[in-house]
Amino acid sequence: MINNQKTKTPMPIQDAKLRIKNFDEVALGYTLEQAQNEALRCLSCKNSPCTSACPVGVNIKDFIAFIKQGDFEKAYHEIAKTNCLPAVCGRVCPQETQCESKCVCGIKGQPVAIGRLERFVADWYAQHEHNLKAPLSTKQKIAVVGSGPSGLACAGDLAKLGYKVTVFEALHTLGGVLVYGIPHFRLPKEIVFKEVENLKKLGVEFCCDVVVGKTLDVDELKNDGFSAIYLATGAGLPKFMNIKGEHLSGVYSANEYLTRINLMKAYQPTSTTPILKGKKVCVVGGGNVAMDAARSALRMGSEVHVVYRRSEKELPARKEEIEHGKEEGLIFDFLTNPIEVLEKDGFVRGLKCVKMQLGAPDQSGRRRPEVIENSQFIIDCDLVIMALGTSPNPLLKTNTPNLETDKWGCIVVDENLQTSIENVYAGGDATTGSATVILAMSQGKKAAKSINEKLSK
Amino acid sequence: MKLNTIVEKQQLNDTVCLLGIFNPAVATKAKAGQFVILQHENSERIPLTIADCNKEKGIVYVVFQQVGVSTAIINQAKLGDVIHHFVGPLGNHTNTNDAKYACVIAGGVGCAIALPVAKALSQNGTKVDAILGFRSQNLVFFEEKFQSVASTQIVTNDGSLGQKGLVTDVLVENLNKKQYDLVFVVGPLPMMKAVGDITKNCNIKTIASMNPIMIDGTGMCGGCRLTVDGKTAFACVDGPDFDAHKVDFDQLIARNKTYQQFERHAYEKHCNLLNKQ
Repeated sequence: MINNQKTKTPMPIQDAKLRIKNFDEVALGYTLEQAQNEALRCLSCKNSPCTSACPVGVNIKDFIAFIKQGDFEKAYHEIAKTNCLPAVCGRVCPQETQCESKCVCGIKGQPVAIGRLERFVADWYAQHEHNLKAPLSTKQKIAVVGSGPSGLACAGDLAKLGYKVTVFEALHTLGGVLVYGIPHFRLPKEIVFKEVENLKKLGVEFCCDVVVGKTLDVDELKNDGFSAIYLATGAGLPKFMNIKGEHLSGVYSANEYLTRINLMKAYQPTSTTPILKGKKVCVVGGGNVAMDAARSALRMGSEVHVVYRRSEKELPARKEEIEHGKEEGLIFDFLTNPIEVLEKDGFVRGLKCVKMQLGAPDQSGRRRPEVIENSQFIIDCDLVIMALGTSPNPLLKTNTPNLETDKWGCIVVDENLQTSIENVYAGGDATTGSATVILAMSQGKKAAKSINEKLSK
Repeated sequence: MKLNTIVEKQQLNDTVCLLGIFNPAVATKAKAGQFVILQHENSERIPLTIADCNKEKGIVYVVFQQVGVSTAIINQAKLGDVIHHFVGPLGNHTNTNDAKYACVIAGGVGCAIALPVAKALSQNGTKVDAILGFRSQNLVFFEEKFQSVASTQIVTNDGSLGQKGLVTDVLVENLNKKQYDLVFVVGPLPMMKAVGDITKNCNIKTIASMNPIMIDGTGMCGGCRLTVDGKTAFACVDGPDFDAHKVDFDQLIARNKTYQQFERHAYEKHCNLLNKQ
């Protein structure tokens, strides 16, 4: 039986007017009927183009087939073979540029809502009790540095292979960017903690408040009997524009703004974390982090402008986030670039900008934005959030002199993700610069495979 | 013993408190000038520079001044309590190499930060003078500890102990007769700025230990940024020590006022809550 419906089964969502007053999840998830209705749109193509476009190679048509049959347990295990964080990926993956971009249904209509189905299966599984048995940990000790998506993916795969895995986290909460960065309304924190709990059941140990490179260094880990180390320390220092006024009170990096809100819970009335709530906020940038910061600011009660130097077509953020943001009242100022943050008594009073136009394509293939002469204007605002990406964290390199990094400071790895130090591997944003959750996960999995091959020799 | 247990607690003056916390890993690693981050109950993450370590017993000493809600929460923790989160040692240690004659200048709670630096200098064979500034005699602490490693002068604003005036008054007098080749300064921003202005004219290398607003302390949030020599630097990974002649103090003085209003409200709310209890 095939469902010939041309469009995706709509996702139930919280009404925009209500949701900008809370931090609860926006997309509510498919019901069982909706999931099966959507699953029946899948044509089960022989060559599975969707799977080839998934960074971790989830066997998509088979897990969807199990949904059709109503066997959600099997559907989960089919996904879990290659993806240990399906509840996370179902919510935050940019499916439109990955699996769903290759879906045959997408040629004449909309592709199958693979991400929503993945989320449905993961949520169904989380709501049912399971006796996860820890595999026998008979193999060597492995240290994973960082508990973000890359570290968790690596730890999960190694634990399943029988290694004794310890994950070291610098912050006081596990989950890395999934916890400090991505807001609750897009990824509820309980989901991350549940995934961490599942890893604990697999025998993975977690140590918070340990900064590798400071509290412990790589050599000490080796001397402590860890046979291999995976460095998944994430992206690092937030980038700024180096324009006048960036040091004023009321200029945040997106990392700081989101960390205050998410990790330090500034959105809860009981929190002691200080945060400036602007009347009118400018978020500079157009990626997922910019959307997260902008939509958080809406929920903190601000009018929010997204200031982006290219046009709407070039916005790198996930489509659904842009659409949700528009519904919630984000104002987009496209082809606009800040040149100065204006001051009053040490605080922000406005953002001086210039208008841009798109010229010839640059190396990235996107049309290069160029300044239009005499186009200066001022956006009145009292808060500016810079969401311009990050440059690698210098901390680990400074304290690990023989760890090779490139001219930008990213850790250099070979095709197996091994660094310049024997049996020390690295992946995720620490090697690639800012990227996506799923790419970081795929590298974690790749490192696990490399470590297993090396240690099995 | 459980990690992060409070094994010593001592009130140094009305608002300044010393905590000894059991954490052998940090105690073993810590060097002068480095800091830790504490987080307890629903407090913020509070960066505190390490005041001393007992490496044999695995104890890290920190000194803090109760100024807001978060430090009030820490202050309520009792001997034997376990601090929820304690991470370090963070930041770079103070570079004490090569100095022959150093002057360590500290104001108020900054004396806690200056003590390990004075010790490290002294152990390194450097001759050390210390100038410690307080508002009044009843606030003075660590005087004896400094005396064991440095020729120590106390300055109080009201003249109730030692010389009356400011640390800069004593520094200017000392500069007339002593040949310092290093000055280390820690305390309120205007004081550090004033010291930097004086030593810049005499061309004496001067290190200022900065303590800006910070969250993660590992180079992620960017909250602790400051301008040094015209460039953006991050206190957590590039500091906390910087060349006092190159730091833009005025900018930091303005930046540190960011949450003044917020904190006043939050603190009043917290105190009202305590009074009700």
